[in-house]
Formats: sequence, structure tokens, C-alpha cells
Amino acid sequence: MRNRRALCGCVLLGLLLSLSIAGPLVSPWGWDDTDFTAFRQGPSARHWFGTTPSGRDVFALTLRGAQKSLLIGVSVAVVSTGLAALFGTVAGFVGGWTDRVLMWGVDLLLVLPSLLVLAVLSPRLGGHWLLLVPLLAAFLWMVTARAVRAMTLSVRERESVLAARFLGVGTPRLIARHIVPQLASLLVVDASVNVSVAVIAESALSFLGIGVRAPDVSLGTLIADGRGAATTYPWPFGCAAGLLVLIVLAVNLLGDGLRDVLDPLSPSRGGGR
Amino acid sequence: MAAFLLRRLANYAVLVVLAASLAYLLAAAALTPRANYEGRAPRPPEAVVDAQLTRFNLNDRTPLAERYGTWVAGLARGDFGRTWQGEPVNAELWRRLGVSLRLLVLGAVLGSALGVLAGAYAAVRRGRTADLLVTFLSYLVLAVPVFVLAVLLQIVASRTNQATGLRVFEWVGETTPGASDGPFGALGGLGDRVRHLLLPTATIALAQFALYSRYQRSMMLDVLQADFVRTARAKGLRRRDALLRHGLRTALIPMTTYFAYTSGLLLLGGMFTEKLFGWHGVGEWLIDSVTRGDVNAVAAVNCVAAAAVLLAGMASDVMYGVLDPRVRTGAVA
Repeated sequence: MRNRRALCGCVLLGLLLSLSIAGPLVSPWGWDDTDFTAFRQGPSARHWFGTTPSGRDVFALTLRGAQKSLLIGVSVAVVSTGLAALFGTVAGFVGGWTDRVLMWGVDLLLVLPSLLVLAVLSPRLGGHWLLLVPLLAAFLWMVTARAVRAMTLSVRERESVLAARFLGVGTPRLIARHIVPQLASLLVVDASVNVSVAVIAESALSFLGIGVRAPDVSLGTLIADGRGAATTYPWPFGCAAGLLVLIVLAVNLLGDGLRDVLDPLSPSRGGGR
Repeated sequence: MAAFLLRRLANYAVLVVLAASLAYLLAAAALTPRANYEGRAPRPPEAVVDAQLTRFNLNDRTPLAERYGTWVAGLARGDFGRTWQGEPVNAELWRRLGVSLRLLVLGAVLGSALGVLAGAYAAVRRGRTADLLVTFLSYLVLAVPVFVLAVLLQIVASRTNQATGLRVFEWVGETTPGASDGPFGALGGLGDRVRHLLLPTATIALAQFALYSRYQRSMMLDVLQADFVRTARAKGLRRRDALLRHGLRTALIPMTTYFAYTSGLLLLGGMFTEKLFGWHGVGEWLIDSVTRGDVNAVAAVNCVAAAAVLLAGMASDVMYGVLDPRVRTGAVA
């Protein structure tokens, strides 16, 4: 890979992924263990990142949170980019009223304050973190869908697509086999951008207490718990916040690098190379 | 231009009305202000609670359509209804809107102006130290969510205060009670307000700065290669004039679209900033009202937010028109 940024992001993300998967296996403490002999301590050989005021191991907690954040982030990105691909291509390809109604729905969802809807709905759907995925994805696909639609409009007129159409290929098959593959680079780039958006959104919700909830932890809940004492006792806050920043940074680098490599019309082409 | 703006306005207005209605219906259907009364000791009789809730149009036993009708009728008179404790929403809304605007406008203007300038400068000095610095800074800040940024600034501020032995920075609330009673009178009160304003404004400005400098840098890079900048240089303009008058202006046009987009992010970021710095603004009110089940307050904040997005959209259209003459003559549109 010639792109330095993409490479940096990829390596960093790989490291974080392997840390969040391998870390809990190496750590002597489970994320829900409580050490009644160590409350609110700094890093030591026993507790690598220190302990929380209630005696839980910060290393284990942070990695558990990172796992959750990454899992939610990636699933949300995949679902929302899938939605964008579906609605965008259908709107662009079918056109007419379907197009108008779909794009109007996109506008409406953009105006609707997503945080309010999430705050109202998420406590009422039960506490399971998996439910956050469709909720977050529902508010992340609109801008991508617009871009997908615009590109579909031009791809639709290409000879290969026209030829397939005149051979009698049906609309669903045309979209799946002839349109979507031509948009692949846009979709890949967008999915990677959406990962960082989703990771931040998830931790923001959890920070407010309406995302992942106790007893389960995510980076957002850890930051919320740790911030009260952050000026005097920074370990829980610092570890969780640092890991969150590293994840987002890695994904952003990867996304921008991919955009430079895959998208010849990218506005940031050549930047930082 | 006027016809173009009017058409956009009509389009936006329909969207805002729909979004506001949907948000009210959602809030009214899902939130339960009744729970506030049930937690009280001694628990008030059912009939009393019902009567009270009905008075404020919050009774979940009234059909949703009827409550919505009452709400719309009130809204038509410019009345957002009452909170679950019976205070008028309007008064509280305007008060809190003032608090939020003081914070957001300053931070947003500062952050976006500095961001645009820094981004443009970085593009001109591409590959040099200044460019690397701006790019690195914006990458870093973009990766830091507002609620982490705010706490980090608070930590730095408390260290600074300890090191200097002075209360240079304040990070709780808008003012210190009794600040203007000191030896300096009203001037001391003003200084106190400024010190309270520093950190939250910096939080918002930094986040905006990162976004805008990133966008502006890439826009500017495209423009710098363009023929018309070379032509401007060739006809004898100095490099700086060519870059400012022809380069920056053209590079700003696509930015107007981002302006509308970032205003939504700004509102969201403002919410966290208010919550974390103890400013009693609109964002904090929304979060608190959702937890209290205060339907009318939630709906009111939502109306304002939708209107703000509309205004930002309109403003970006106007800016587009000002910057790009083709829109005014109707060649594009």
C-alpha cells in the first residue's frame, strides 16, 4: 500500500483490535471482578492501569469497553452503509416518485433531531446493547444515500448498464449486479468514515446514560464514571478516553487514506502523501 | 435570487413543521410525566394527578390526537405550553436560549473563522511545517469527542490554577454568585463572566476549528491548481491578492454546504458543553427534560432546533448566492 496514512491507520487499528481481543485473555482480572483490597489505586504490577473507586480493574474494564465500542461501531457502519446503498441506488435508478419520496424521507430524517429520538426510544427498547445498532444506523445513512443516489444517476447511463437493461435484466438484479459493484469504492470509504462516527455516537449516548448501561460497560460509561474525579485521580478517565481517541484516530486515518487511494475525485487527493 | 430563496424556504418550512410534529408525537407517546407524581410521598390521589396533568396537557390518558391538537393550537398563539410543574415553557425557553447563544455564537464564529483561515493557509504552505501542524492538530481534535475535550480542558485549567495560585479559569456555571460585589463592582462581574466563558467557548471553537480547517484545506488545494488563479497571477495580481480574492472566495463556495451541516453538529456539541460546564442552556434542558418526561419542554427545544437548522440552511443558501454569481442570475439553481 503506497498510502502512508491508510497504512498508519490500518496498523494502529490492527493493534487496538488485537489488544482488545487478546488483552482480556492475558489480564489476571475479569472486567466484572472486584478486588476488595485495592480501591482507587494507581497502576501497579497487580493492576496494570490501576483500579476504580469500587475496586474494579481499569485495564480489564477499558478493554471490555473498547471491544463493545468497536463491535457496535463496525456493525452500525455496515448496517448504515447497507441502508444507504439500498435506498440510494433504488432512488437513483428507479427515479420518478420513488426517488422523490425517498429523498424527501432523507431530508426529513436529517431535520429530525436524532439525539432526541435516540434518547426517547433507547430506554424503552430494553437495555440490550445490540438494539443500539439499528437505532444508530437509522440516523447515519442519509448523507451517504444522497451521494450514492448522485453516483447512481451517472452510472445508470453507462453502456454496460444499458446493455444489461436491454438484454432484459430485471431491476433488482441490475442494481445488485451492475450498479452496486461500480459504487464499491464510495461505499467502502463511507463505511470506514461511518465507523468513527458510530463509535463516537455510541460513547456519547453511553456517556449520557442512554446507550450501553450498567452492569455492562462501554468506553462512554467509563468516561462518564471517571470524569468526576478526573482532576485528582485520572486513571479510569484517562485510559478510557485515550483508547477512544486512538480508535477514532485510527479509523479516521484509514478512511481518509482509503479515500485518497480509491476515489480519484477525492477533494483531499494528494494531501499528506 | 428571491424566487430561488422562496422556493427553498417553502421546502424547509414543510420539513420543519413535519419534524416538529413528529418529535412532539414521539415525545408525547413515549415520555411519562405521570411518573414524577407517583414517586412523591405522600402519593397524591389519582384524580388530583389526572386533573393536574390534564391542565398542563400532559395526561397520557387523553388521546394522543387530542393532546397534539391542543399543542398545535397553543403553538399557533406562540405558546409552547407548560412544564410538568406548571411553569410556562416560553419564559424558560427564552432565558435558556440566551445562555446557549452567548456560548455557541462566540465559539462557532471564532472556531469557523480561524479554521477557514488556518485551512487556507495550510493549503498554500502545503507540505511545510505550518501545513503539517494544522493537519496534525485537526486530526487529533477530530478524534477527541466533545465530552472528552471538555474534561481535558478542565484538567489543564485546574493544573494552571494550582500552578499560578490564581483562579484564572472557571468551569462551573456562568458566573460566581456575588462576583460584582467585589472591590471592582460591575467590572469585576464582567471579568468573572469572561473567565467563565473562556473554557466552554474554547471547547466549541476547537471542535469547529478542526472541522473547518480540514474542509477548507482540501477545498483550497483544489482551487490552487485551477486555471483562473494562474490567470489572475498572469494578469499581474500579486500572489496574496490572487489567492485571497480569487482562490479563497471560490474555495468558500462548497463550504457553505458544510455550514448548514455543521450547525447540527454544533447544537449537539453545545449540549455536551453545557452539561459539562454547568451552563443552564437549552441543550442541558433537553437532556434533563427527557429524563423528567417533560413533553412540552422537549417539544419546544426541538422546535427551536429544527428552526435553527432551517435558518442555517437558509443562511448557507444566501451565502452561496453572495459568493457564486451564477446562482443569482439563475444559471445554476
